[in-house]
Amino acid sequence: MTGRARFAFTALAFGYAFLYLPIALVIVYSFNESRLVTVWAGFSTKWWEALMHNEAMLDAAWLSLRIALASATLATLLGLAAGYALDRVPRFTGRTLFASLVIAPMVMPEVVMGISMLLLFVGSDQLLGGPARGFLTITVAHVTFSLAFVAIVVQARLADFDRTLEEAAMDLGATPRTTFLTVTLPLIAPALVSGWLLAFTLSLDDLILTQFVSGAQSQTLPMRVYSSVRLGVDPQINVLATIVIAIAASALVLSAWLTRSSVDKRP
Amino acid sequence: MRLVIALPFLWLGVFFLLPLVLVLGLSLGTNAPDLAPPVELGVSFASFRLLFTDDLYLAAWLSSLRIAATSTLVTLLLGYPMAYAIARAQPRRRPMLLMLVVLPFWTSFLIRVYAWMGLLAENGILNQVLRATGLVADPGTILGTEWAVHLGIVYAYLPFMVLPLYVTLEKLDWSLLEAASDLGARPLAAFLTVTLPLSLPGIVAGCLLVFIPAVGEFVIPDLLGGTRTLMIGKVLWDEFFTNSDWPLASAVAICLLALLVGPILIFQRHQERSLERI
Repeated sequence: MTGRARFAFTALAFGYAFLYLPIALVIVYSFNESRLVTVWAGFSTKWWEALMHNEAMLDAAWLSLRIALASATLATLLGLAAGYALDRVPRFTGRTLFASLVIAPMVMPEVVMGISMLLLFVGSDQLLGGPARGFLTITVAHVTFSLAFVAIVVQARLADFDRTLEEAAMDLGATPRTTFLTVTLPLIAPALVSGWLLAFTLSLDDLILTQFVSGAQSQTLPMRVYSSVRLGVDPQINVLATIVIAIAASALVLSAWLTRSSVDKRP
Repeated sequence: MRLVIALPFLWLGVFFLLPLVLVLGLSLGTNAPDLAPPVELGVSFASFRLLFTDDLYLAAWLSSLRIAATSTLVTLLLGYPMAYAIARAQPRRRPMLLMLVVLPFWTSFLIRVYAWMGLLAENGILNQVLRATGLVADPGTILGTEWAVHLGIVYAYLPFMVLPLYVTLEKLDWSLLEAASDLGARPLAAFLTVTLPLSLPGIVAGCLLVFIPAVGEFVIPDLLGGTRTLMIGKVLWDEFFTNSDWPLASAVAICLLALLVGPILIFQRHQERSLERI
């Protein structure tokens, strides 16, 4: 090995060990017999069974899933519009403000966004008598901060692609609408898929914003996990973590495989 | 076409901009525990005065900035060699190596922070290893200290550092390095005068992506930092949820925003420029 190769190997080995050792331990201890997450007492699947019968956790997971589906879909539609406007419309009134508004939620501290959105919902509650805090308000909050991520992905993809394809379609007599639906949309579809997945994951994972805008009745999965974890480590959370990690890993492997085969098919 | 602009514009105006205006308005109100919501609107700077005169709040601001800055630096020192190694790996290996960096990001943030709780506890796995190997006879408890908070931030935000660094390093023209070494520069000199300056955009983006959220971080100091760690995100949370002092919490939010508006603007300008370059 040359000096550089050895350096590269060390940097990566150390980095990946740092990233994955904690995760690996969480997975291992989900099969621990003991309640203590720090002492190994033999193999057991009892925490897996316990979680499968934990109604509160399952309800929370179901609510989180519904919110994530709704908010990711809405965020993708709005993010597509925002990304399209940013890339294709060089001049309109308030463009600078618009561009800032799109990017800002990405870097805004979550506690600030949380308190500000809650104040909006409290205000609308006072003036308009609604909406009740819960599914709807959480979904709106998630859309607002995840649409930025979709817009960025869409904008990058649009900036990247060959405009002559659209011009060719127009020259051949396609209306702007047909051109968009048959040329532009299929070409940016991968960006929309990854944008949707990003928004879905962000929604499923969000704690802070959700904690501010949710009502007393609606507990999402991260809220349940947080209130359980605050009291200390809990093997059922290890089980949940293992499931989440398994899903994320298989989704990522699948998407890598899909993009690879689509690259291979390219002439 | 007008609708394409109007819809997201309107959405962000109502659900992002307007709420920030409300926070500003509320930060000038006074706390009224008997009312629901517990605020009396008005023009009072009492909350801001408290924030700038009370030692506790000043200490929280300073330690937030300090913890965020040192964690960002450590993340850079850890992330740069990784991004460099990936950028110089064989092209067909890069997607896999990059995916391994991104994968933890796709799992839950909360769970990644939780993973450290079991590791760093008094009888946690790290201390067991330290005792068993005899490296440290009596390791103190890391959980509940600022060390744990630093560790948590570095761990949680490492992918955000590696990605922008990789993007700039991958585009780097490596023949410049060969030229430098042909002209007699040692590897270190070539790195300092060629690679480092050329990867500066990635360094700036990565550091901002770590620093900005780290300053206002809540989950990590709350779960790993214990009661002794003061951070401003936690102060905001406690003022709001525990003390129900909405004007004070709003004032904290406004100050946090004012503090971060510089870094955020730099990041936005940077983001727009890098998109134009594509």
